[in-house]
Amino acid sequence: MPQTTADAEDPLSVSPQDGWTPASQPTWRAWLARHSAVLLSLPTLLWLLIFFVAPLLIILMMSVMTRGAGGVPQLPLTLEHYDRTFNIFGVVLNRSLWIAFWTTLACLLLAYPMAVFIRTRHKPWVRSLALFLVVLPFWTNFLARTYAWRMLLGNEGIINSLLARLGLTEHGLQLLNTELAVMIGLVYGFLPFMVLPIYASVERFDFRYVEAATDLGANYWHTFWRVMLPMTLPGVLAGCVLVFVPSIGAFVTPDLLGGRSGLMIGNLINSQFKGTGNMPLGAAMSVVLLAFVLLPLAAYLRMNREERLN
Amino acid sequence: MASSPAALPSAVSSSVPATARRDRDAVGRALARLGFTISSLSGYFFLWAPIVLLILFSFNDGRSVNTWFGFTTRWYEGIFDSALDKQSSFQTAALLRAVGNSLLVGLASTAIACALGTTVALSLARGTFPGRRWLDALLLMTVIFPEITQGISLAIFFKVAFDGIGLFLEPRPQPGFGTIIIGHVVFTVSYVAIVVRARLADMNPRLDEAAADLGADGWTRFWLITFPLILPGIVAGALLAFTLSLDDFVVTFFLSGVGTTTLPVFVYGLLKVSVTPDINAVSTLMLLASMLMIGVSLLLQNRNNQDRNF
Repeated sequence: MPQTTADAEDPLSVSPQDGWTPASQPTWRAWLARHSAVLLSLPTLLWLLIFFVAPLLIILMMSVMTRGAGGVPQLPLTLEHYDRTFNIFGVVLNRSLWIAFWTTLACLLLAYPMAVFIRTRHKPWVRSLALFLVVLPFWTNFLARTYAWRMLLGNEGIINSLLARLGLTEHGLQLLNTELAVMIGLVYGFLPFMVLPIYASVERFDFRYVEAATDLGANYWHTFWRVMLPMTLPGVLAGCVLVFVPSIGAFVTPDLLGGRSGLMIGNLINSQFKGTGNMPLGAAMSVVLLAFVLLPLAAYLRMNREERLN
Repeated sequence: MASSPAALPSAVSSSVPATARRDRDAVGRALARLGFTISSLSGYFFLWAPIVLLILFSFNDGRSVNTWFGFTTRWYEGIFDSALDKQSSFQTAALLRAVGNSLLVGLASTAIACALGTTVALSLARGTFPGRRWLDALLLMTVIFPEITQGISLAIFFKVAFDGIGLFLEPRPQPGFGTIIIGHVVFTVSYVAIVVRARLADMNPRLDEAAADLGADGWTRFWLITFPLILPGIVAGALLAFTLSLDDFVVTFFLSGVGTTTLPVFVYGLLKVSVTPDINAVSTLMLLASMLMIGVSLLLQNRNNQDRNF
């Protein structure tokens, strides 16, 4: 952006051109003050360039190298790992995409009513509490929460023993180690990611539009589809991205709840880097995973910017 | 939105008498409201039932995970007894070591993340400079990129770097607390930056200007004006970073070396094997610890902006 450079000086610092800068002030201090914004960002920038960007570049490089003796990547360059990722492991890739898709949809269906519910509480403390009860589980230990589902879904688990006691099942359902279990675990883990952005949109939504629509004769569904949903769409889209992205890269949830039949791309990547795995293949899988993460993110950011420009 | 006048809700032009329509709408609305309340409450049920059951069964007087045998605290006693060198089935010594390791990693990474996060927040809030948007995007990416790619790419980065250093230095550096702490800082620094930035945005810029007019230099202004005002934000960010660090499994899993097992890695090892009341008790303690810290953090963030932005 060309216009950003014009503002580079710290607007709060006294600039030397003003003429009344004390002559005793050393020039290096003036220099520091002028560039304080850039200088303050440098430590974090360096940290992230070294420990976040550089490792990703190494993965990118490794993904096009040949697997050498002892798993050490070497030349020549090749695309065979990408070929294998899409062809041999296409099943797992597909499954990861579908699981992430259904997880996102389920989160959306659960979260929208919750967000409106929070927004329509009249007393401020009830609203705060309702919001707090959504935020709190998100911040509690992910392993412990996933483990709780292992306890619920197991063959001896609470759900199966309840079903058996009600006489609904004879042998018990296979719930644990299925794709369904993975989806339940992911919805459970990422539901707050959907509720919060939708709530942010619904909070700004003026409910007098609902009254206006009703007065004009629109029924409940019309009001929702034509007025409320379009106006809260930014929150819905943000929530979908925030749920889809971590779902597709999930590792712990499928590992603990999915077993063999709920295997996802994250588990495959993990196995390539442990023991006698194929590191370049794992690197290629990571790059493909990152692409699936970046695509929805980029699309969202682009849409957001266009909306703001309009 | 895109709807033309012709596509207005059909209810408007419906031939049903107005009163009948209103009655039907009232019933429909009542039903919709009921369904809406039930669905939002079931969202809360879904979020909290597993946590409540986990806590409940950690007090169950039996090894069963589906039948209630009465109240006991013996699983907790089992953990604490062997801490006091009494007889117990639980491997408490390993657990306590893991807790110690977690606290060490958590405190160190939080301290670094706070320093980096606060400086970068100041930088982003103070001035505009070229590349500012890239820095913003970079910070966002550390939050949104799958943990598995972060963990694996950083592990490979350290392997390559340590192999390189090993050519000149004896002994070759090994992954351990240092690598774990670095990895944790990468994904926690953003959270500190976000919270501190929100706090800075609430700050009255005139205070800083006034101090500048009275002749205070940048350094004095920061420590006497800005720092005390953003301190609650820093503390809130620190609590978030500490919680995230304590709870992290994936990144730690890939970066840990010999003897650096943290609590989540230890618990993961246990719960891959079985579901037992001991683990329920440990998980409950972990849940309560993170809830406590997050509760305090949210309170600190909310003090100034009541019931907005969680």
